[in-house]
Amino acid sequence: MADPMRIRAQMQGDKAVVRVLMSHEMETGQRKDSAGKVIPAWHISEVTATHNGKPVLSAEWGPAVAKNPFLQFTLKGAKAGDKVAITWKDNRGETRTDEATVS
Amino acid sequence: MQNRRETLKQSLAVAGLLGATGLFPQHAFAFNRAAFDAKNIADAVKAYGASAPVESKDVSLTAPDIAENGAVVPMAVASTLPNLKHLLVLVEKNPNALVAKFDVSDAVEPNFATRAKMGQTSDVFAVAITKDNKAFFTKKEVKVTLGGCGG
Repeated sequence: MADPMRIRAQMQGDKAVVRVLMSHEMETGQRKDSAGKVIPAWHISEVTATHNGKPVLSAEWGPAVAKNPFLQFTLKGAKAGDKVAITWKDNRGETRTDEATVS
Repeated sequence: MQNRRETLKQSLAVAGLLGATGLFPQHAFAFNRAAFDAKNIADAVKAYGASAPVESKDVSLTAPDIAENGAVVPMAVASTLPNLKHLLVLVEKNPNALVAKFDVSDAVEPNFATRAKMGQTSDVFAVAITKDNKAFFTKKEVKVTLGGCGG
């Protein structure tokens, strides 16, 4: 599954603002289906970001992050043309990496 | 004789230990299960090895006063404290309080935004943990309107 992420990295002064939209169901594990059975949790649990291959950010997420999660952070010392890659991993072990160029 | 409660407590402790050492088979990566299973703010902060949080003006939280849709509540945490290690976002009345944890590094500003789910009107906490394991928080009440006709 896993549709590509939408990543936008834009320079603002000497920093780059990175906005990421991931495509993920983010099931909480609290809801029940029509038969009354609990739908098991399925959520992104780890997010990492690299800047030109160097890790700059890691985050842990619980199921309470909204569906199709949004993430924004600010990268110091970036310049146009730099590569920003985002990787997520969910609690089923699925993972996806996407890359964008700072503009 | 062991009753059910004790057994549960012990298995939780073992799970916590396994999680801490990264041996938990399902979560072989460094996911802090204990923190995300915590029911309240203090336990979640403790799971990251920090002391009890104190209120601070150096931590900021941006969230709406009223969220019309509890499934998508935008929130942002930031801090001006030096030597930061983690920034956490927590919703007090969610089944599990912790929403997200961000590791602060020198390469990024300690300022992160995301969107969270909220089950009901609750205080939202932003907690900053410094490298010497002190925790600072700021909180804000976010009202969740169920009818959807906010106002």
